[in-house]
Amino acid sequence: MDTYAELPLLQQAIQTLAALVLVSSFALLAQSRVIATIQIFAWQGLLLAVITTLIAWETGLTHLYISAALTLVLKAFFVPWLLIRQARKLGILRDFDAIIRPGITLMAAGSLVIFCYNVVLPIQRFAQSITRDAIAVSLALVMIGMLMLITRRKAITQVVAFMSLENGLFFAAISATQGMPMVVELGVAFDVLIAAVIFGIFFFHIRDSIESLDVDQLNRLAETDE
Amino acid sequence: MNVIDWVLIIPVAGALGLALLPNARLGAWLNILVSATGLAASIWLALTVLNNGTIAGELFYVDAFNVYLVVLTSLVSMTTSIFSRPYMAHELEIHKVTPLRLRLYHASFQGFMFTMLLALTTNNLGVLWIALEGATLATVLLVSLYRTRESIEAAWKYFILCGVGIAQALFGTVLLYFAASRVVPDPDQALQWSVLYQHAGQLEPVIVGLAFVFLLVGYGTKIGLVPLHNWLPDAHSEGPTPMSAVLSGLLLNVALYAVVRVKMIVDGALIDGNPHNPQLAGFIMMAFGLLSFIIAGLFLHRQRDIKRLFSYSSIEHMGLMTFAFGLGGPLATFGALLHMTVHSLTKSAIFMTVGHASQIAGTQQIDRIRGLILTQPTVGWGLLIGSIAIAGFPPFGVFTSEFLLLTATMKSWPWLTMPLLMGLAIAFAGLFRHLHPMVFGQIPEGQRAIAVNPFPLLLHLTLVLWLGLSVPAFLANWFDEATRLISGANLL
Repeated sequence: MDTYAELPLLQQAIQTLAALVLVSSFALLAQSRVIATIQIFAWQGLLLAVITTLIAWETGLTHLYISAALTLVLKAFFVPWLLIRQARKLGILRDFDAIIRPGITLMAAGSLVIFCYNVVLPIQRFAQSITRDAIAVSLALVMIGMLMLITRRKAITQVVAFMSLENGLFFAAISATQGMPMVVELGVAFDVLIAAVIFGIFFFHIRDSIESLDVDQLNRLAETDE
Repeated sequence: MNVIDWVLIIPVAGALGLALLPNARLGAWLNILVSATGLAASIWLALTVLNNGTIAGELFYVDAFNVYLVVLTSLVSMTTSIFSRPYMAHELEIHKVTPLRLRLYHASFQGFMFTMLLALTTNNLGVLWIALEGATLATVLLVSLYRTRESIEAAWKYFILCGVGIAQALFGTVLLYFAASRVVPDPDQALQWSVLYQHAGQLEPVIVGLAFVFLLVGYGTKIGLVPLHNWLPDAHSEGPTPMSAVLSGLLLNVALYAVVRVKMIVDGALIDGNPHNPQLAGFIMMAFGLLSFIIAGLFLHRQRDIKRLFSYSSIEHMGLMTFAFGLGGPLATFGALLHMTVHSLTKSAIFMTVGHASQIAGTQQIDRIRGLILTQPTVGWGLLIGSIAIAGFPPFGVFTSEFLLLTATMKSWPWLTMPLLMGLAIAFAGLFRHLHPMVFGQIPEGQRAIAVNPFPLLLHLTLVLWLGLSVPAFLANWFDEATRLISGANLL
């Protein structure tokens, strides 16, 4: 196994950026201000776009440049722009979304990363050096996205969590397999776009029905005896 | 143009047309027309496959297994659209929906049909994922159509849970692609089901085993397997009833279809038993299926909402089918295929009567729905007969398929017939303790009959009865062919 220092510069850059994506995921988990959460999410999208470009350069696969452009437009600009716009309209841009037990949440996220490395250990030996850590990191992104989803109360930060989970999936696709077939990537991007728009519509429905975006107030349908 | 193109273009064109058509009443008729044309195209496709064999292309792959699901999907779509016309007209009359929302409803209905048919006919596992995610997107605004606090909650839960769940399936798909790209040289072909199936033996078992777990959890969320089922009763109970009928009758089937397709590849990859047990996929499915079957049966007892009641019954039956496909073997597979058909027909018929019943009573609360047979015999008897059919009484088709499944279990896992029989008894008791007072008894004051079109209900129940008395030869051959494809051996 090559050590980090022996890798070509480009691969070192990719690995460093992958680590940064993981860091941004932790930052998302710990950030309680709505606007900062969305901004970190935009940075994460930008990082992914840069990584995709670097992998495209390294492997010479031209279709990855299209994925990179798509990510840049969708994840780094469009979705954050849409979320900030909605948050401003709803007047919650400067709000705080209290995190339930931040210390324990972050510790849990740390153990999730270790868990993910463990899960993918048997398949890492099949990967090339460039992608060895990437599968574990992308699974960790998915898991941390799920953790963020359950520790948040506001609909808007839950959507950020959902989208960062989607980022993890995209990262898995570009790093483990140098992208999916074009038709699949376009389809997934289309689904994300539609989902973002529908989420936007939903914020207003939720606000109209409970006069707030704290979705923990949506608690009437439960399988417990009242 | 190709016949598959027509099958897919009709619902897309229908969705666009219905989105643009301002007149809601006209929209309901157009919806029926589009669905009927779709059904005609599907039957044409089925005849083509029946005569010329499997259609295998770059984009589409249609064999005996999915073509019968295509016809079933189109059939239920057509009957549900017929049912939905008077139903939604009533909802409009009592101001539960506005004409604008009705427009959204019709367009989404056809959009949903498109995603179902795309998921069934595509040859690409990535596109299959996109279509199933698209199904969530197409229906989520329908679940919240009434804009009540409960319906918004149900839709939000549906959106988040299904979105997160199905994300796991995409991760599984990436892993599968990762395994395939080491074997299949052309990356554009590496996600095609037919290519993967061909090369299944060469795929790396370690990766494929892991991929299957993710895929099952992902698509299992959509099937409604316990413990991933939380969204299902909420989405079924709070959305408009035609939506519940197609969610239960079609979406769950298609999600199960996705799992079975994946299982066929995984079984091929794990065949030499190193390092995983060759039946790994089957065992996991059996465990999930049996758990869902029992738990959902128990939950039937404590329901207060009639639509929640029958959605738990759907979870129960999906559990049974997952169990049967996990069991494998020709007999269990044949039974599961038949069960998919009869469950889909019966459950959508039940939801139709349930919709009318709750309109008659003006509520979905079970203890306030009374005297249905006296108020409106069509609805009352429909609900009673439908429930008898779904509980697995002869001479209905559900009895036949459940009997086959029990026989298959008895052959390979004799001790598992006990929990299965117990589960059936629990579910039966759970349904009928609620059902009896609803259909019999006196009419509450001021309860009146409403406009109902009995045709779809009659059609579904007659088909189920027919399948219970005798499965027609062409259909039996068809199921047999599908059984051969899935389990590797013929039954008949």
